[in-house]
Amino acid sequence: MDLYGELILDHSKHPQHVGLREPFGAEVHHINPTCGDEVTLRVQVTDGVVRDVSYDAQGCSISIASTSVLAEETIGHPVSEALETYLAMRRMLTSRGTEAGDPEQIGDGVAFAGVSRYPARVKCALLGWTAFTDALARSGEDISVVSDTTHSRT
Amino acid sequence: MSAFTEDELARIRADFPVLSRTVRDGRPLVYLDSGATAQKPWCVLDAEREYYSTHNAAVHRGAHQLAEEATEAFEGARATVARFIGARPDEVVFTKNGTEAINLVAYAMSNAGAPGAVEGADPEVAARLRLGPGDEIVVTEMEHHANLVPWQELARRTGATLRWIGVTDDGHLQDPTTVVGERTRILAFTQVSNVLGTLNDVAPLVAAARAVGALTLVDACQSVPHLPVDVTALGVDFLAFTGHKVIGPSGIGVLWGRPELLAAMPPFITGGSMIELVHMESSTYAPPPQRFEAGVPMAAQAVGLASAVDYLTELGMDRVHQHDTELTAYCLEQLAGRPWVRVVGPAAPADRVGAVAFTVEGIHPHDVGQVLDDRGIAVRTGHHCAWPLHRRLGIPASTRASFSVYTDRADIDAFVEALDTVPGVFGMTA
Repeated sequence: MDLYGELILDHSKHPQHVGLREPFGAEVHHINPTCGDEVTLRVQVTDGVVRDVSYDAQGCSISIASTSVLAEETIGHPVSEALETYLAMRRMLTSRGTEAGDPEQIGDGVAFAGVSRYPARVKCALLGWTAFTDALARSGEDISVVSDTTHSRT
Repeated sequence: MSAFTEDELARIRADFPVLSRTVRDGRPLVYLDSGATAQKPWCVLDAEREYYSTHNAAVHRGAHQLAEEATEAFEGARATVARFIGARPDEVVFTKNGTEAINLVAYAMSNAGAPGAVEGADPEVAARLRLGPGDEIVVTEMEHHANLVPWQELARRTGATLRWIGVTDDGHLQDPTTVVGERTRILAFTQVSNVLGTLNDVAPLVAAARAVGALTLVDACQSVPHLPVDVTALGVDFLAFTGHKVIGPSGIGVLWGRPELLAAMPPFITGGSMIELVHMESSTYAPPPQRFEAGVPMAAQAVGLASAVDYLTELGMDRVHQHDTELTAYCLEQLAGRPWVRVVGPAAPADRVGAVAFTVEGIHPHDVGQVLDDRGIAVRTGHHCAWPLHRRLGIPASTRASFSVYTDRADIDAFVEALDTVPGVFGMTA
């Protein structure tokens, strides 16, 4: 089926930047209580730049692959850019199939466009991303640009 | 010989309108999620419609003819549901669902210790309901969260200790007598596991509890839809089930309790309808079941539930059980030929009821369910509100196919055919 494109399968089988590393500014643990998927995620930010995103995740291919893309698209980028990427991902995922996503902005994230047609799976795809924004906030970064209570927690 | 002939099963299926719809771009619906909620036959929908279109009024209130008819319909439904489980009408309390029925008992136990909890209650019976530090509440490791969390909360509120009977590798309960002891005040267990499908042998559980004077509560949510259930034969003190899994409406559940226990139990939810006398300072309460039914009750749902159990009674619960065992055996047989599928729960179909849950080697249950859904097959994925059980089994989640009276072999064939495509989608060979 078309939901599981090659990019998603690749990322789920070979998640990028996987594992928990030091140093880190904050660590969070997020779960999706309806299915039991969980992710422990660490971020390290210095001088406004995301230096590292490391994680240990257990879940479906959508959530694992999405977290892998998250790490790929945010490590080495300024926090402000990373938050823009998160917003673009979230916009696409909650668009009910109307937004394809911009590869310039979200890279391999475009592979998740099909997820937006399955409302029950949007949470899977956002699990790592919401953990990431939470971790940023806990390490003292300003994430008000993405604050939206309906999406801030899974 | 099959429980239902092909013609009979075709007629049963025709009674459930939703089965004729298509999903996901025109594919026929294959509904294998009846363990989560069952579909409804026309008679249930018609009963609710008839109630609303001809008798609707507030039950137990009003001095008019409609109020009289509504009350009769509601109390008539109670009698029908009571008969279905071998009980007397005044022992049957209508609740919102199975979860609320269990909470009703848990809250009655935590409130039983309060001064003047129930005026005139038999002190010996009231004492059986009270618990505190040093007392133990026993559940099992295969409980649905609905029969676990309320007891965790009761333990927290009263200072009692929560203990549990473990699950064996093949999905049976361990010997209850190793956990149930002198300190046990209540043993709450499921008759049928919503994940493993295990049909628990109730007799040794009840015997273990009785030997130490503990109360028993059976969660019958997954048994009442599939097999004959008689409260007297089970020998338990409380039985809870929900309407929507018994091909009835949502928004209604049932608590059955021994009359002497119900009589000594303080109410869980208070307000109108459940009172005897009300003054500004305090009130006294009606006898059961009204004591536990505050507010205008769910009359249409009660009438719908009565229609559902009448439908099942007409089919014959023995035959319904046989049909379920046949489907379980067929499903297990199909899956056994696929070494990449690991079924959880007992191997013998006779030890199981209603559901077959499994994992697929190397593929997360959500992904399995997604591929099945794309072909119109509705299954449940996740921990099925039995997270501790999944931890015990060493799996994060599972995929579950579950059955009802309208499920047929063709449903299972379609499910297995779609399942065979799953490994390929994820680049694996079946």
